[in-house]
Amino acid sequence: MLKSIAPLSSWSGREQNDIVGALRRQLIIDWGHCMETLGGTRLARLFNERQNELLGEWVPQQYAIASRRGGVTEVQLRDQFVQFVAVVCAALESSDRVDFKTRGWDEVRGFLADVSTQRARQGFTPVETAMFVFSLKEPLFARLRVELAADPATLAELTWTISTLFDAMGLYTTEVFQTSREQVIVRQQQELLELSTPVVQLWDGILALPLIGTLDSARTQVVMESLLQKIVDTGAAIAVIDITGVPTVDTLVAQHLLKTVAAARLMGADCIISGIRPQIAQTIVHLGVNLQNVITKATLADAFVVALSRTGKSVSGAGAHGEAPGAPGPLRGNQFAGD
Amino acid sequence: MERIPILRMGKLLLVTIQVDMHDRLAMTLQDDLTSRIVKDRAKGVLIDISSLDVVDSFIGRMIGDTAAMARVLDAETVVVGMQPSVAITLVELGLALPGVRTALNVEKGMALLTGTSPL
Repeated sequence: MLKSIAPLSSWSGREQNDIVGALRRQLIIDWGHCMETLGGTRLARLFNERQNELLGEWVPQQYAIASRRGGVTEVQLRDQFVQFVAVVCAALESSDRVDFKTRGWDEVRGFLADVSTQRARQGFTPVETAMFVFSLKEPLFARLRVELAADPATLAELTWTISTLFDAMGLYTTEVFQTSREQVIVRQQQELLELSTPVVQLWDGILALPLIGTLDSARTQVVMESLLQKIVDTGAAIAVIDITGVPTVDTLVAQHLLKTVAAARLMGADCIISGIRPQIAQTIVHLGVNLQNVITKATLADAFVVALSRTGKSVSGAGAHGEAPGAPGPLRGNQFAGD
Repeated sequence: MERIPILRMGKLLLVTIQVDMHDRLAMTLQDDLTSRIVKDRAKGVLIDISSLDVVDSFIGRMIGDTAAMARVLDAETVVVGMQPSVAITLVELGLALPGVRTALNVEKGMALLTGTSPL
């Protein structure tokens, strides 16, 4: 008893040899056992022999799911299944170890990724996509149970192997599904970003930038770039940034706005911020944002009047309407007097 | 040694930066410009940076400093023709050049200095 607690170095050479030898033998036995039961060839044979039966059970089940989404025919499903079995068999035969993460399974991963991406685009749910793999488990286990009824130990082990493998494949489809969905979202975000930042020319030398939606850093960058580029292109002296469509203005949004104004000023164009709603005016003051150096107006109309007078044009007030300068009447061509 | 030319147009001085600015060149320009303002009794300085597409914080600060020096010598400075990318860089660097007047191009800058309407 005492000897077994003592450190290995204090044992005699013979005892050490015995222990190490025993351990090594045990390992070899375990390893060999592993190799034998996990042998992929056996699974591959099962797949090949029973392919038609499995196909017969799998296709109707999948078709029931797929037909709800439309665009998938039974023939396509059949093709997919045959392809799937082919790549899985090839992978199983390529090595004795059934491990989904190894290189031998690259082709299977590629195939599953294709199926998963395709289903993500067609609007399948993650569950429906994963069922492509999981629905094969039940028919497969049924075949195994019949075939290995006489050998419960092998049955249990093969069941475990298949189960692990199919779980790995199913989870992989879900992962790819998620990734491809995220790619779709990212692409849409970019499209939205480009769509939502138009710079319009109101008059000769006057630009307007109607902002709609929340301003984050990425969007500010796009807004700033497109505004500055437009200033260069048109030689505008004044730009009106209209924030009527911006739902909330916090310190970050205000900072982004001020950055845009500063950049435009560096290029020699003045900016007017318009479309400030009463609540936003309150928020700005409460947050202590300093907009002293920027011309701010309540409405785009007010800002336009200022911009016109800055560029040496004026609205000649049409007389008959008698409206306040802040709300110019309907515009007619001759109402603008050039300098 | 490489120098940036300073052209005289009546009461104005025109500086066109058409090469890559490096620190040494910037310092030389500052020296040259201040002496020229005094010598020519200039009332305004136009710095055209339309060919400049890379700036760092040093050049940015140097532009601001030059404007401030010119103002001390009673000459108004207008920086003209800044590229969008340069403007964005300067703002991101925190150099909004508050004391410097700007214009879109030399024509508008000159109009700003001579007091005539830009249009």
